[in-house]
Amino acid sequence: MNNSLIIGQYVPGTSIVHRLDPRTKITIIFFYVFIVFFANNLPSYGILILFALASTFISRVPIRFIMKGLTPVWFLIIFTFILHLFVTKEGTVIFDFWIFKFYSGGVIQGIAISIRFFLLILVTSLLTLTTTPIEITDAIEDMLRPLNKVKFPVHELALMMSISLRFIPTLMQETDKISRAQASRGVDFRTGPVKERIKAIVPLLVPLFVSAFKRAEELAMAMEARGYQGGHGRSKLRELKIEKIDILVYFVFLAVITVLLLTRTYG
Amino acid sequence: MDITFENVTYIYQKNSPFEHKALENLSLHIESGSYVAVVGHTGSGKSTLISHLNGLSIPTEGKVKIGKYALSENEKINDMKELRSKVGVVFQYPEHQLFEETVEKDIAFGPENFGVPKNEIKTRIQKIIPAVGLSEDLLERSPFDLSGGQMRRVAIAGVLAVKPDVLVLDEPTAGLDPRGQKEMMDMFYQLHKEQGTTTILVTHSMEDALKYADHVIILNKGTKYMEGKPEDVFVQREALNRVQLDVPEIVQFISEFNERFDTTIPFQNQSMTELAQMIQRTLKGAESP
Repeated sequence: MNNSLIIGQYVPGTSIVHRLDPRTKITIIFFYVFIVFFANNLPSYGILILFALASTFISRVPIRFIMKGLTPVWFLIIFTFILHLFVTKEGTVIFDFWIFKFYSGGVIQGIAISIRFFLLILVTSLLTLTTTPIEITDAIEDMLRPLNKVKFPVHELALMMSISLRFIPTLMQETDKISRAQASRGVDFRTGPVKERIKAIVPLLVPLFVSAFKRAEELAMAMEARGYQGGHGRSKLRELKIEKIDILVYFVFLAVITVLLLTRTYG
Repeated sequence: MDITFENVTYIYQKNSPFEHKALENLSLHIESGSYVAVVGHTGSGKSTLISHLNGLSIPTEGKVKIGKYALSENEKINDMKELRSKVGVVFQYPEHQLFEETVEKDIAFGPENFGVPKNEIKTRIQKIIPAVGLSEDLLERSPFDLSGGQMRRVAIAGVLAVKPDVLVLDEPTAGLDPRGQKEMMDMFYQLHKEQGTTTILVTHSMEDALKYADHVIILNKGTKYMEGKPEDVFVQREALNRVQLDVPEIVQFISEFNERFDTTIPFQNQSMTELAQMIQRTLKGAESP
Protein backbone atom coordinates (compact mmCIF):
# COMPACT_ATOMS: atom_id res chain seq x y z
CA MET A 1 0.00 0.00 0.00
CA ASN A 2 1.29 3.46 -0.75
CA ASN A 3 1.56 5.34 2.50
CA SER A 4 4.12 7.95 1.59
CA LEU A 5 1.69 10.85 1.82
CA ILE A 6 0.98 11.43 5.48
CA ILE A 7 -1.77 14.02 5.21
CA GLY A 8 -4.71 12.47 6.98
CA GLN A 9 -2.80 9.86 8.91
CA TYR A 10 -3.24 9.97 12.63
CA VAL A 11 -0.39 9.00 14.95
CA PRO A 12 -1.81 8.12 18.36
CA GLY A 13 -0.25 9.89 21.32
CA THR A 14 -0.92 11.65 24.58
CA SER A 15 1.11 14.84 24.15
CA ILE A 16 -0.29 18.31 24.83
CA VAL A 17 -0.75 18.79 21.10
CA HIS A 18 -2.80 15.59 20.94
CA ARG A 19 -4.95 16.58 23.90
CA LEU A 20 -5.74 20.13 22.78
CA ASP A 21 -9.32 20.82 21.80
CA PRO A 22 -9.52 20.29 18.04
CA ARG A 23 -11.23 23.68 17.68
CA THR A 24 -8.20 25.32 19.27
CA LYS A 25 -5.92 23.56 16.83
CA ILE A 26 -8.02 24.46 13.80
CA THR A 27 -8.35 28.12 14.86
CA ILE A 28 -4.64 28.46 15.46
CA ILE A 29 -3.73 26.83 12.17
CA PHE A 30 -6.25 29.04 10.37
CA PHE A 31 -4.59 32.18 11.68
CA TYR A 32 -1.11 30.75 11.35
CA VAL A 33 -1.71 30.29 7.63
CA PHE A 34 -2.58 34.00 7.47
CA ILE A 35 0.34 35.33 9.42
CA VAL A 36 2.87 33.23 7.56
CA PHE A 37 2.37 35.72 4.74
CA PHE A 38 3.06 38.66 7.07
CA ALA A 39 6.60 37.63 7.87
CA ASN A 40 9.20 39.49 5.88
CA ASN A 41 12.45 39.52 7.81
CA LEU A 42 14.68 37.27 9.83
CA PRO A 43 13.16 37.70 13.31
CA SER A 44 9.59 37.43 12.03
CA TYR A 45 10.38 34.21 10.18
CA GLY A 46 12.32 33.09 13.23
CA ILE A 47 9.33 33.30 15.52
CA LEU A 48 7.14 31.39 13.04
CA ILE A 49 9.72 28.66 12.61
CA LEU A 50 10.20 28.50 16.38
CA PHE A 51 6.47 28.06 16.90
CA ALA A 52 6.15 25.35 14.26
CA LEU A 53 9.20 23.40 15.38
CA ALA A 54 8.27 23.72 19.06
CA SER A 55 4.78 22.33 18.34
CA THR A 56 6.28 19.47 16.37
CA PHE A 57 8.71 18.73 19.16
CA ILE A 58 6.01 18.80 21.84
CA SER A 59 3.75 16.55 19.77
CA ARG A 60 6.39 13.78 19.95
CA VAL A 61 5.54 12.66 16.42
CA PRO A 62 8.80 11.10 15.17
CA ILE A 63 10.66 13.65 13.01
CA ARG A 64 11.80 10.91 10.67
CA PHE A 65 8.18 10.02 10.03
CA ILE A 66 7.19 13.62 9.28
CA MET A 67 10.14 14.03 6.93
CA LYS A 68 9.27 10.86 5.07
CA GLY A 69 5.70 12.08 4.68
CA LEU A 70 6.92 15.38 3.29
CA THR A 71 8.89 13.76 0.47
CA PRO A 72 6.26 14.41 -2.22
CA VAL A 73 6.19 18.06 -1.16
CA TRP A 74 9.95 18.59 -1.28
CA PHE A 75 9.75 18.56 -5.03
CA LEU A 76 7.27 21.44 -4.96
CA ILE A 77 9.39 23.41 -2.52
CA ILE A 78 12.56 22.98 -4.58
CA PHE A 79 10.71 23.78 -7.78
CA THR A 80 9.40 27.05 -6.30
CA PHE A 81 12.88 27.94 -5.15
CA ILE A 82 14.39 27.39 -8.58
CA LEU A 83 11.58 29.27 -10.26
CA HIS A 84 12.30 32.29 -8.08
CA LEU A 85 15.97 32.01 -8.76
CA PHE A 86 15.39 32.39 -12.47
CA VAL A 87 12.48 34.76 -12.58
CA THR A 88 13.01 37.37 -9.85
CA LYS A 89 15.20 40.25 -11.00
CA GLU A 90 15.76 42.33 -7.87
CA GLY A 91 18.81 43.32 -5.90
CA THR A 92 22.33 42.86 -7.16
CA VAL A 93 23.66 40.27 -9.56
CA ILE A 94 25.55 37.69 -7.53
CA PHE A 95 26.23 35.10 -10.15
CA ASP A 96 26.51 35.32 -13.91
CA PHE A 97 26.42 32.22 -16.00
CA TRP A 98 25.99 32.09 -19.78
CA ILE A 99 22.66 33.81 -20.50
CA PHE A 100 21.43 33.56 -16.89
CA LYS A 101 21.88 36.20 -14.27
CA PHE A 102 21.08 35.26 -10.69
CA TYR A 103 20.05 38.13 -8.45
CA SER A 104 20.40 38.31 -4.68
CA GLY A 105 16.69 39.18 -4.52
CA GLY A 106 15.88 35.93 -6.27
CA VAL A 107 17.80 33.85 -3.76
CA ILE A 108 16.20 35.61 -0.80
CA GLN A 109 12.71 35.42 -2.30
CA GLY A 110 13.24 31.77 -3.14
CA ILE A 111 14.31 30.90 0.37
CA ALA A 112 11.47 32.92 1.90
CA ILE A 113 8.79 31.29 -0.22
CA SER A 114 10.23 27.83 0.38
CA ILE A 115 10.15 28.43 4.13
CA ARG A 116 6.54 29.56 3.94
CA PHE A 117 5.63 26.49 1.99
CA PHE A 118 7.41 24.23 4.39
CA LEU A 119 5.82 25.86 7.45
CA LEU A 120 2.32 25.68 6.01
CA ILE A 121 2.62 22.02 5.20
CA LEU A 122 4.36 21.14 8.45
CA VAL A 123 1.70 22.81 10.59
CA THR A 124 -1.28 21.49 8.67
CA SER A 125 0.05 17.94 8.62
CA LEU A 126 0.70 18.30 12.33
CA LEU A 127 -3.04 18.86 12.73
CA THR A 128 -3.98 15.64 10.98
CA LEU A 129 -1.13 13.74 12.62
CA THR A 130 -2.28 14.60 16.11
CA THR A 131 -6.06 14.81 15.66
CA THR A 132 -8.36 11.96 14.71
CA PRO A 133 -10.56 12.64 11.68
CA ILE A 134 -13.60 12.30 13.93
CA GLU A 135 -12.32 15.05 16.21
CA ILE A 136 -11.73 17.30 13.23
CA THR A 137 -15.25 16.76 11.93
CA ASP A 138 -16.73 17.35 15.38
CA ALA A 139 -14.79 20.58 15.61
CA ILE A 140 -15.88 21.74 12.17
CA GLU A 141 -19.49 20.91 12.92
CA ASP A 142 -19.26 22.91 16.11
CA MET A 143 -17.53 25.85 14.49
CA LEU A 144 -20.03 26.00 11.63
CA ARG A 145 -23.04 25.81 13.94
CA PRO A 146 -23.96 29.52 13.47
CA LEU A 147 -24.70 28.69 9.83
CA ASN A 148 -27.68 26.64 11.03
CA LYS A 149 -29.52 29.94 11.36
CA VAL A 150 -29.45 30.40 7.59
CA LYS A 151 -30.73 26.81 7.11
CA PHE A 152 -27.35 25.48 6.13
CA PRO A 153 -27.31 21.69 6.82
CA VAL A 154 -24.28 21.72 9.10
CA HIS A 155 -24.95 18.37 10.73
CA GLU A 156 -25.53 16.58 7.44
CA LEU A 157 -22.35 18.09 6.05
CA ALA A 158 -20.39 16.93 9.07
CA LEU A 159 -21.92 13.48 8.82
CA MET A 160 -20.95 13.24 5.17
CA MET A 161 -17.45 14.30 6.05
CA SER A 162 -17.05 11.81 8.84
CA ILE A 163 -18.48 8.99 6.77
CA SER A 164 -16.14 9.70 3.90
CA LEU A 165 -13.17 10.04 6.24
CA ARG A 166 -14.14 6.84 7.97
CA PHE A 167 -14.22 4.94 4.70
CA ILE A 168 -10.94 6.17 3.22
CA PRO A 169 -8.89 3.46 4.96
CA THR A 170 -11.56 0.88 4.20
CA LEU A 171 -11.52 1.76 0.53
CA MET A 172 -7.74 1.71 0.50
CA GLN A 173 -7.73 -1.76 2.01
CA GLU A 174 -10.32 -2.84 -0.49
CA THR A 175 -8.22 -1.44 -3.36
CA ASP A 176 -5.22 -3.28 -2.01
CA LYS A 177 -7.16 -6.51 -1.72
CA ILE A 178 -8.66 -6.34 -5.19
CA SER A 179 -5.43 -5.33 -6.86
CA ARG A 180 -3.75 -8.33 -5.22
CA ALA A 181 -6.50 -10.62 -6.44
CA GLN A 182 -6.27 -9.27 -9.98
CA ALA A 183 -2.48 -9.33 -9.94
CA SER A 184 -2.77 -13.01 -9.07
CA ARG A 185 -4.94 -13.41 -12.17
CA GLY A 186 -2.16 -11.97 -14.27
CA VAL A 187 -2.93 -8.25 -14.36
CA ASP A 188 0.23 -6.18 -14.43
CA PHE A 189 -0.23 -2.78 -12.80
CA ARG A 190 3.43 -1.83 -12.62
CA THR A 191 5.09 -2.48 -15.95
CA GLY A 192 4.13 -2.47 -19.59
CA PRO A 193 3.01 0.23 -22.02
CA VAL A 194 0.81 3.05 -20.70
CA LYS A 195 -2.18 1.88 -22.72
CA GLU A 196 -2.03 -1.56 -21.13
CA ARG A 197 -1.67 -0.11 -17.69
CA ILE A 198 -4.72 2.09 -18.15
CA LYS A 199 -6.67 -0.95 -19.30
CA ALA A 200 -5.49 -2.76 -16.17
CA ILE A 201 -7.43 -0.26 -14.06
CA VAL A 202 -10.83 -1.52 -15.21
CA PRO A 203 -10.62 -4.83 -13.29
CA LEU A 204 -9.73 -2.77 -10.25
CA LEU A 205 -12.33 0.00 -10.55
CA VAL A 206 -15.40 -2.09 -11.32
CA PRO A 207 -15.21 -4.27 -8.20
CA LEU A 208 -14.30 -1.22 -6.14
CA PHE A 209 -17.41 0.66 -7.25
CA VAL A 210 -19.62 -2.36 -6.78
CA SER A 211 -18.43 -2.85 -3.22
CA ALA A 212 -18.63 0.87 -2.42
CA PHE A 213 -22.27 1.00 -3.48
CA LYS A 214 -23.06 -2.16 -1.59
CA ARG A 215 -21.35 -0.80 1.49
CA ALA A 216 -23.24 2.50 1.24
CA GLU A 217 -26.53 0.66 1.07
CA GLU A 218 -25.66 -1.50 4.05
CA LEU A 219 -24.57 1.51 6.05
CA ALA A 220 -27.79 3.38 5.29
CA MET A 221 -29.78 0.35 6.36
CA ALA A 222 -27.79 -0.09 9.57
CA MET A 223 -28.20 3.59 10.43
CA GLU A 224 -31.95 3.46 9.93
CA ALA A 225 -32.19 0.24 11.92
CA ARG A 226 -30.53 2.03 14.81
CA GLY A 227 -33.02 4.88 14.61
CA TYR A 228 -30.98 7.57 12.93
CA GLN A 229 -33.19 10.44 11.82
CA GLY A 230 -30.88 13.35 11.36
CA GLY A 231 -29.28 15.91 13.59
CA HIS A 232 -32.28 17.19 15.54
CA GLY A 233 -32.04 16.53 19.25
CA ARG A 234 -29.09 14.22 18.87
CA SER A 235 -26.76 14.23 21.84
CA LYS A 236 -23.03 13.74 21.49
CA LEU A 237 -20.80 10.99 22.76
CA ARG A 238 -17.73 13.20 22.82
CA GLU A 239 -18.36 16.70 24.14
CA LEU A 240 -15.78 19.24 23.10
CA LYS A 241 -14.51 21.28 26.01
CA ILE A 242 -12.09 24.18 26.17
CA GLU A 243 -9.63 23.50 29.00
CA LYS A 244 -7.07 25.67 30.76
CA ILE A 245 -4.37 24.36 28.47
CA ASP A 246 -6.31 25.62 25.43
CA ILE A 247 -6.50 29.12 26.90
CA LEU A 248 -2.78 28.98 27.61
CA VAL A 249 -2.02 27.92 24.04
CA TYR A 250 -4.17 30.76 22.71
CA PHE A 251 -2.13 33.22 24.77
CA VAL A 252 1.13 31.75 23.52
CA PHE A 253 -0.12 32.08 19.97
CA LEU A 254 -1.25 35.67 20.58
CA ALA A 255 2.25 36.39 21.84
CA VAL A 256 3.67 34.88 18.65
CA ILE A 257 1.43 37.15 16.54
CA THR A 258 2.42 40.19 18.60
CA VAL A 259 6.14 39.48 18.26
CA LEU A 260 5.66 38.91 14.56
CA LEU A 261 3.79 42.17 14.03
CA LEU A 262 6.35 44.08 16.06
CA THR A 263 9.41 42.69 14.33
CA ARG A 264 8.29 42.67 10.72
CA THR A 265 9.36 45.64 8.62
CA TYR A 266 6.70 47.94 7.29
CA GLY A 267 6.56 50.10 4.24
CA MET B 1 6.51 -27.48 -7.23
CA ASP B 2 8.20 -27.68 -3.87
CA ILE B 3 7.76 -24.61 -1.72
CA THR B 4 10.32 -23.64 0.89
CA PHE B 5 10.41 -20.74 3.33
CA GLU B 6 13.85 -20.05 4.78
CA ASN B 7 13.83 -17.84 7.87
CA VAL B 8 11.26 -15.51 6.38
CA THR B 9 10.48 -12.29 8.22
CA TYR B 10 7.99 -9.84 6.82
CA ILE B 11 7.49 -6.36 8.25
CA TYR B 12 4.60 -4.14 7.21
CA GLN B 13 5.31 -0.40 6.83
CA LYS B 14 8.88 -0.64 7.97
CA ASN B 15 10.36 2.46 9.63
CA SER B 16 7.05 4.06 10.48
CA PRO B 17 5.08 4.21 13.73
CA PHE B 18 2.79 1.59 12.20
CA GLU B 19 5.58 -0.93 11.73
CA HIS B 20 4.24 -4.42 12.25
CA LYS B 21 5.93 -7.79 12.09
CA ALA B 22 3.58 -10.19 10.32
CA LEU B 23 5.98 -13.09 9.91
CA GLU B 24 8.99 -13.76 12.07
CA ASN B 25 11.75 -16.16 11.17
CA LEU B 26 9.35 -18.60 9.55
CA SER B 27 10.77 -21.71 7.95
CA LEU B 28 8.66 -24.38 6.37
CA HIS B 29 8.60 -26.84 3.53
CA ILE B 30 5.66 -27.88 1.38
CA GLU B 31 6.23 -30.88 -0.79
CA SER B 32 5.09 -30.95 -4.38
CA GLY B 33 1.74 -32.68 -4.74
CA SER B 34 0.81 -32.56 -1.07
CA TYR B 35 -2.29 -31.15 0.57
CA VAL B 36 -1.28 -28.85 3.39
CA ALA B 37 -3.55 -27.04 5.80
CA VAL B 38 -2.35 -23.82 7.39
CA VAL B 39 -4.29 -23.13 10.55
CA GLY B 40 -4.04 -20.20 12.92
CA HIS B 41 -5.94 -17.67 14.94
CA THR B 42 -6.86 -14.32 13.35
CA GLY B 43 -3.70 -12.24 12.94
CA SER B 44 -1.36 -15.21 13.05
CA GLY B 45 0.13 -14.31 9.68
CA LYS B 46 -1.82 -16.68 7.45
CA SER B 47 -2.73 -14.07 4.84
CA THR B 48 0.80 -12.69 4.75
CA LEU B 49 2.10 -16.18 4.18
CA ILE B 50 -0.23 -16.54 1.20
CA SER B 51 0.93 -13.32 -0.40
CA HIS B 52 4.47 -14.69 -0.38
CA LEU B 53 3.44 -17.70 -2.37
CA ASN B 54 2.98 -15.83 -5.64
CA GLY B 55 5.25 -12.88 -5.20
CA LEU B 56 2.69 -10.35 -4.02
CA SER B 57 4.95 -9.79 -1.03
CA ILE B 58 8.70 -10.11 -1.01
CA PRO B 59 10.23 -11.20 2.31
CA THR B 60 11.88 -8.41 4.29
CA GLU B 61 14.45 -10.96 5.45
CA GLY B 62 14.98 -14.54 4.41
CA LYS B 63 14.05 -16.34 1.26
CA VAL B 64 11.04 -18.02 -0.34
CA LYS B 65 11.56 -20.71 -2.98
CA ILE B 66 8.69 -21.82 -5.17
CA GLY B 67 9.87 -24.46 -7.61
CA LYS B 68 12.65 -22.81 -9.59
CA TYR B 69 11.70 -19.30 -8.51
CA ALA B 70 13.44 -17.69 -5.57
CA LEU B 71 12.15 -14.55 -3.91
CA SER B 72 14.12 -12.45 -1.47
CA GLU B 73 15.08 -8.83 -0.89
CA ASN B 74 18.02 -9.10 -3.33
CA GLU B 75 16.69 -11.53 -5.93
CA LYS B 76 13.58 -10.14 -7.49
CA ILE B 77 12.35 -12.00 -10.50
CA ASN B 78 11.29 -10.06 -13.55
CA ASP B 79 8.69 -12.45 -14.77
CA MET B 80 6.13 -12.51 -11.98
CA LYS B 81 3.50 -13.47 -14.53
CA GLU B 82 5.03 -16.85 -15.14
CA LEU B 83 5.12 -17.56 -11.41
CA ARG B 84 1.56 -16.35 -10.97
CA SER B 85 0.32 -18.60 -13.76
CA LYS B 86 1.72 -21.55 -11.83
CA VAL B 87 0.39 -20.54 -8.42
CA GLY B 88 -3.35 -19.89 -8.38
CA VAL B 89 -4.74 -18.11 -5.35
CA VAL B 90 -8.37 -18.16 -4.29
CA PHE B 91 -8.57 -15.25 -1.88
CA GLN B 92 -11.11 -14.78 0.86
CA TYR B 93 -14.43 -13.76 -0.65
CA PRO B 94 -13.10 -14.15 -4.20
CA GLU B 95 -16.45 -12.97 -5.62
CA HIS B 96 -15.24 -9.42 -4.90
CA GLN B 97 -12.84 -9.68 -7.82
CA LEU B 98 -15.53 -10.21 -10.50
CA PHE B 99 -15.79 -7.35 -12.96
CA GLU B 100 -16.52 -8.54 -16.50
CA GLU B 101 -19.82 -8.23 -18.36
CA THR B 102 -20.44 -11.96 -18.59
CA VAL B 103 -19.51 -14.96 -16.52
CA GLU B 104 -17.65 -16.47 -19.44
CA LYS B 105 -15.47 -13.40 -19.97
CA ASP B 106 -14.65 -13.27 -16.28
CA ILE B 107 -13.53 -16.87 -16.15
CA ALA B 108 -11.49 -16.32 -19.31
CA PHE B 109 -9.79 -13.22 -17.88
CA GLY B 110 -7.01 -15.04 -16.02
CA PRO B 111 -6.06 -17.51 -18.78
CA GLU B 112 -6.13 -14.68 -21.34
CA ASN B 113 -3.68 -12.66 -19.26
CA PHE B 114 -1.37 -15.65 -19.11
CA GLY B 115 -1.56 -16.13 -22.87
CA VAL B 116 -3.63 -19.30 -23.10
CA PRO B 117 -5.02 -19.65 -26.67
CA LYS B 118 -8.70 -18.79 -27.17
CA ASN B 119 -9.97 -22.23 -28.20
CA GLU B 120 -8.06 -23.84 -25.34
CA ILE B 121 -9.78 -21.44 -22.92
CA LYS B 122 -13.15 -22.47 -24.37
CA THR B 123 -12.52 -26.15 -23.77
CA ARG B 124 -11.24 -25.47 -20.27
CA ILE B 125 -14.38 -23.50 -19.43
CA GLN B 126 -16.56 -26.34 -20.73
CA LYS B 127 -14.87 -28.68 -18.26
CA ILE B 128 -14.70 -26.35 -15.29
CA ILE B 129 -18.30 -25.16 -15.30
CA PRO B 130 -19.81 -28.50 -14.25
CA ALA B 131 -16.86 -29.18 -11.90
CA VAL B 132 -17.59 -26.07 -9.81
CA GLY B 133 -21.30 -26.84 -9.85
CA LEU B 134 -22.56 -24.20 -12.26
CA SER B 135 -24.81 -24.71 -15.25
CA GLU B 136 -23.78 -23.67 -18.72
CA ASP B 137 -26.68 -21.29 -19.34
CA LEU B 138 -25.11 -18.93 -16.77
CA LEU B 139 -22.14 -18.25 -19.03
CA GLU B 140 -23.82 -15.38 -20.86
CA ARG B 141 -25.26 -13.78 -17.72
CA SER B 142 -23.67 -10.88 -15.86
CA PRO B 143 -21.79 -12.12 -12.79
CA PHE B 144 -23.50 -9.42 -10.75
CA ASP B 145 -26.93 -10.98 -11.35
CA LEU B 146 -25.93 -14.23 -9.68
CA SER B 147 -26.43 -15.30 -6.09
CA GLY B 148 -23.54 -15.05 -3.64
CA GLY B 149 -22.78 -18.75 -3.85
CA GLN B 150 -22.82 -18.75 -7.64
CA MET B 151 -20.54 -15.72 -7.74
CA ARG B 152 -18.08 -17.55 -5.51
CA ARG B 153 -18.12 -20.51 -7.89
CA VAL B 154 -17.50 -18.26 -10.89
CA ALA B 155 -14.54 -16.63 -9.17
CA ILE B 156 -13.07 -20.01 -8.25
CA ALA B 157 -13.61 -21.20 -11.82
CA GLY B 158 -11.63 -18.15 -12.93
CA VAL B 159 -8.65 -19.29 -10.87
CA LEU B 160 -8.95 -22.95 -11.88
CA ALA B 161 -9.13 -22.05 -15.58
CA VAL B 162 -5.46 -21.05 -15.38
CA LYS B 163 -4.64 -24.67 -14.44
CA PRO B 164 -2.14 -23.80 -11.73
CA ASP B 165 0.33 -26.36 -10.36
CA VAL B 166 -0.14 -24.96 -6.89
CA LEU B 167 -3.57 -23.99 -5.63
CA VAL B 168 -3.78 -21.72 -2.61
CA LEU B 169 -7.15 -21.50 -0.89
CA ASP B 170 -7.79 -18.79 1.68
CA GLU B 171 -10.95 -19.73 3.56
CA PRO B 172 -12.63 -20.69 0.31
CA THR B 173 -15.94 -21.68 1.87
CA ALA B 174 -16.46 -18.80 4.32
CA GLY B 175 -20.06 -17.62 4.18
CA LEU B 176 -21.40 -20.52 2.11
CA ASP B 177 -24.19 -22.79 3.27
CA PRO B 178 -23.10 -26.16 4.74
CA ARG B 179 -23.91 -28.11 1.61
CA GLY B 180 -22.10 -25.65 -0.62
CA GLN B 181 -19.11 -25.83 1.72
CA LYS B 182 -18.91 -29.58 1.46
CA GLU B 183 -19.34 -29.60 -2.32
CA MET B 184 -16.63 -27.01 -2.72
CA MET B 185 -14.15 -28.75 -0.44
CA ASP B 186 -14.79 -32.10 -2.13
CA MET B 187 -14.22 -30.49 -5.50
CA PHE B 188 -10.82 -29.15 -4.43
CA TYR B 189 -9.91 -32.51 -2.95
CA GLN B 190 -10.83 -34.30 -6.15
CA LEU B 191 -8.74 -31.87 -8.15
CA HIS B 192 -5.84 -32.54 -5.82
CA LYS B 193 -6.24 -36.30 -6.21
CA GLU B 194 -6.78 -36.32 -9.98
CA GLN B 195 -4.37 -33.67 -11.18
CA GLY B 196 -1.85 -33.88 -8.36
CA THR B 197 -2.29 -30.17 -7.65
CA THR B 198 -0.28 -29.04 -4.65
CA THR B 199 -3.00 -27.60 -2.45
CA ILE B 200 -2.52 -25.19 0.41
CA LEU B 201 -5.66 -24.64 2.43
CA VAL B 202 -5.77 -21.75 4.88
CA THR B 203 -8.62 -22.25 7.27
CA HIS B 204 -10.14 -21.80 10.68
CA SER B 205 -11.95 -25.06 10.38
CA MET B 206 -10.14 -27.87 12.16
CA GLU B 207 -12.66 -30.28 10.69
CA ASP B 208 -11.66 -29.42 7.13
CA ALA B 209 -7.98 -29.51 7.96
CA LEU B 210 -8.39 -32.94 9.52
CA LYS B 211 -10.53 -34.30 6.73
CA TYR B 212 -8.53 -33.23 3.70
CA ALA B 213 -4.96 -32.36 4.58
CA ASP B 214 -2.06 -34.75 4.87
CA HIS B 215 0.10 -32.18 6.62
CA VAL B 216 -0.89 -29.43 9.05
CA ILE B 217 1.02 -26.27 9.91
CA ILE B 218 -0.16 -24.22 12.86
CA LEU B 219 0.84 -20.58 12.90
CA ASN B 220 0.89 -18.29 15.89
CA LYS B 221 2.02 -14.66 15.89
CA GLY B 222 3.87 -15.04 12.61
CA THR B 223 5.89 -18.09 13.60
CA LYS B 224 5.40 -21.80 13.18
CA TYR B 225 3.83 -23.13 16.35
CA MET B 226 3.28 -26.79 15.44
CA GLU B 227 3.59 -28.96 12.39
CA GLY B 228 2.92 -32.56 11.47
CA LYS B 229 0.34 -35.09 10.43
CA PRO B 230 -3.23 -34.09 11.29
CA GLU B 231 -3.76 -37.08 13.58
CA ASP B 232 -0.61 -36.18 15.53
CA VAL B 233 -1.23 -32.44 15.74
CA PHE B 234 -4.91 -32.45 16.54
CA VAL B 235 -4.69 -34.61 19.65
CA GLN B 236 -2.55 -32.05 21.48
CA ARG B 237 -5.43 -30.28 23.09
CA GLU B 238 -3.60 -28.10 25.62
CA ALA B 239 -1.09 -26.86 23.09
CA LEU B 240 -3.86 -25.94 20.67
CA ASN B 241 -5.99 -24.26 23.31
CA ARG B 242 -3.02 -22.10 24.23
CA VAL B 243 -3.21 -20.45 20.79
CA GLN B 244 -7.01 -20.16 20.86
CA LEU B 245 -7.65 -23.18 18.69
CA ASP B 246 -9.93 -26.09 19.39
CA VAL B 247 -9.42 -29.73 18.59
CA PRO B 248 -11.76 -31.16 15.93
CA GLU B 249 -15.12 -32.44 17.18
CA ILE B 250 -14.24 -36.09 16.69
CA VAL B 251 -11.09 -35.77 18.81
CA GLN B 252 -13.09 -33.91 21.43
CA PHE B 253 -15.69 -36.67 21.38
CA ILE B 254 -13.18 -39.49 21.73
CA SER B 255 -11.41 -37.90 24.66
CA GLU B 256 -14.69 -37.19 26.46
CA PHE B 257 -15.89 -40.71 25.74
CA ASN B 258 -12.69 -42.23 27.06
CA GLU B 259 -12.97 -40.17 30.21
CA ARG B 260 -16.57 -41.08 30.92
CA PHE B 261 -16.37 -44.80 30.11
CA ASP B 262 -12.82 -45.28 31.25
CA THR B 263 -11.78 -46.63 27.86
CA THR B 264 -8.70 -46.03 25.71
CA ILE B 265 -9.96 -45.63 22.20
CA PRO B 266 -7.15 -44.06 20.15
CA PHE B 267 -7.62 -41.36 17.55
CA GLN B 268 -6.31 -42.50 14.18
CA ASN B 269 -8.16 -40.13 11.90
CA GLN B 270 -10.86 -42.74 11.55
CA SER B 271 -14.23 -42.12 9.94
CA MET B 272 -17.47 -41.88 11.90
CA THR B 273 -18.44 -45.44 10.96
CA GLU B 274 -15.07 -46.83 11.97
CA LEU B 275 -15.28 -45.00 15.26
CA ALA B 276 -18.77 -46.38 15.88
CA GLN B 277 -17.50 -49.89 15.28
CA MET B 278 -14.55 -49.35 17.59
CA ILE B 279 -16.84 -48.11 20.32
CA GLN B 280 -19.09 -51.11 19.85
CA ARG B 281 -16.17 -53.48 20.12
CA THR B 282 -14.76 -51.78 23.21
CA LEU B 283 -18.05 -51.69 25.05
CA LYS B 284 -18.83 -55.31 24.24
CA GLY B 285 -15.34 -56.35 25.29
CA ALA B 286 -15.83 -54.58 28.62
CA GLU B 287 -19.06 -56.47 29.30
CA SER B 288 -17.79 -59.99 28.77
CA PRO B 289 -15.20 -61.13 31.30
